[in-house]
Amino acid sequence: MMAEPAADAPVVRLDGVSVAYGAKLALRDVTVAFRPGAVGLLGPNGAGKSTLIKALLGFVTPSAGRMQVLGLDVTEAPLEIRSRIGYMPEMDAYIAGMNAVTFVAYCGELAGLPGADAMQRAHEVLQYVGLGEARYRRVETYSTGMRQRIKLAQALVHDPDLLFLDEPTNGMDPKGRDEMLALIHDLAHGRGLNLILSSHVLPDVEATCDHVVVLDQGRVATEGAIEQLRGTRGRVFELRVKGEPERFVPVLQAAGMECRATDEDVMRVFVPPDATARTLFGLAAREGIQVRHLRPSTPTLEDVFVRALGEEDADAAAHDAASARAPESPSA
Amino acid sequence: MAIHDQGYRRYGGRREQRGTAWTVIALAGLRAIVRRRAFLALLLLAWILFIVRAVQFYAAANFPQAAFLAPSASTFRQFLEQQSFWVFIITVWVGSGLIADDRRTNALQLYLSKPLTRAEYVAGKAAILGTLLLFITWVPAILLLLVQIVFAGNLTFLRQNLFLFPAITIFSFVEVLMTTVVMLALSSLSRSRLFVGILYTALIFFSQALFGVLVAVTGGTMIAWISYPANLTQIGDAIFRLPLHYETPWPVALIMIAALVLASVATLAWRVRGVEVVA
Repeated sequence: MMAEPAADAPVVRLDGVSVAYGAKLALRDVTVAFRPGAVGLLGPNGAGKSTLIKALLGFVTPSAGRMQVLGLDVTEAPLEIRSRIGYMPEMDAYIAGMNAVTFVAYCGELAGLPGADAMQRAHEVLQYVGLGEARYRRVETYSTGMRQRIKLAQALVHDPDLLFLDEPTNGMDPKGRDEMLALIHDLAHGRGLNLILSSHVLPDVEATCDHVVVLDQGRVATEGAIEQLRGTRGRVFELRVKGEPERFVPVLQAAGMECRATDEDVMRVFVPPDATARTLFGLAAREGIQVRHLRPSTPTLEDVFVRALGEEDADAAAHDAASARAPESPSA
Repeated sequence: MAIHDQGYRRYGGRREQRGTAWTVIALAGLRAIVRRRAFLALLLLAWILFIVRAVQFYAAANFPQAAFLAPSASTFRQFLEQQSFWVFIITVWVGSGLIADDRRTNALQLYLSKPLTRAEYVAGKAAILGTLLLFITWVPAILLLLVQIVFAGNLTFLRQNLFLFPAITIFSFVEVLMTTVVMLALSSLSRSRLFVGILYTALIFFSQALFGVLVAVTGGTMIAWISYPANLTQIGDAIFRLPLHYETPWPVALIMIAALVLASVATLAWRVRGVEVVA
């Protein structure tokens, strides 16, 4: 008999996974473990988030590496895995000619539920996602937001142990988006479901997830608990100076700080752990720059994201440079 | 369940054994189709020929003046050949959207994220069309055989033509298999059921037209293997032990049908995927 995995064992594990579409590498030697709970899969468009999920579902075959979902090898037990996961795709997806409750019950039956149970679960799940009143309408007549909800319903109907949600708030209005995020939060924190939320919308991940894996250009840029990632890399200040801030940026960078412009005229300055507000004032005084606004800020996931991508770019550049310098390996 | 407790609940019930998902697809598809009144009307029309033949058998069995209407093995072959028209209509109506509709609505990734294989998905879709086609070919032909026995009041005809039951069965299944697999393959090529319908029609009529032109040029029918319907005709004649319509040997026609089926299966294996990879 197969031993039950430990409660804190990773729900998904990738080991040296690479996926190529022709000559283009979508995932490059990805090694990462997704912890139980709600994990955000972050990254800009084209980072490889959807490819990673599709590889886990068996839609695309990796050119290298091994993958495990819920302790099962993806290549050895794809059907067992798919009976225990729910997938909410990024694109609009439904079965034409069915009303919502028939569609969701049908998905439940496809996942192995007996017909009567699937129908009962379909009613319950549609109620849960807020489509109870519209359950007898044909799915074709649904709005974008309703279609997002029904995609969630079909992913939930067979009671999966792990949910893959690919851009679940795409195309939703602000109210619908908040409701969808509340549902996702409830599923992860109130109902005990494990989920992997793929998104490029940072506030969505911040509102629902405890952990995050950041992908960039097919590589893992950073990973960890969101709280930890926010806190371990020094502090953040909001800074506004009089005149041209561009003149002050090189000074700050020379002092080991990072600056990021925001939509307003305030920039966010990441200072090393040993630096303080006094350090910033000192640098401004030395350069004759007047500080108009300086306030300690809470590091956000966006800060983590931007810094991770920045470091990843730098690492990639260093890696490329090293590769260019190194003599060609015969086994490469 | 209490009204106040309509939140998400874990499921503790049993789950069906794997490998049965294709039946779910087939039953849901059949239910959706037979719910349409227009389709039911079409099915009724497809059975008119059965009624005509039944009347013919009745007359031949009960009125000596109508003895010339007595059935033979070729009567059943003709019946199945005439049913080919309805096979074509129902194949275009039902079959063209079977996979094309799922591609249009991105439903393939929903199906394939569930615990079913691509083969099960195709089997479920094939069962929808195959069942309906058998319902207008094999079922009425076998019923006609029974009707003949009932009206004649003896088993003489059946005893003299014992091969008819396997002949009807083999020919019907060959025709249905070929038609179903080819239509599914075409349906997997497009997102538009209209385009698929046109493609299937073109395949039949263009291959037949090309055959006609080549017959006029060569003066013989050895080239019949080029025509989709002619191959089926040759196989049908061979199965019913009748003189062949064309000069093409029936094994050649059989090889062409097998090649078409294999090409269709390869197309399905290529096109039925959870994700469209454009490399």
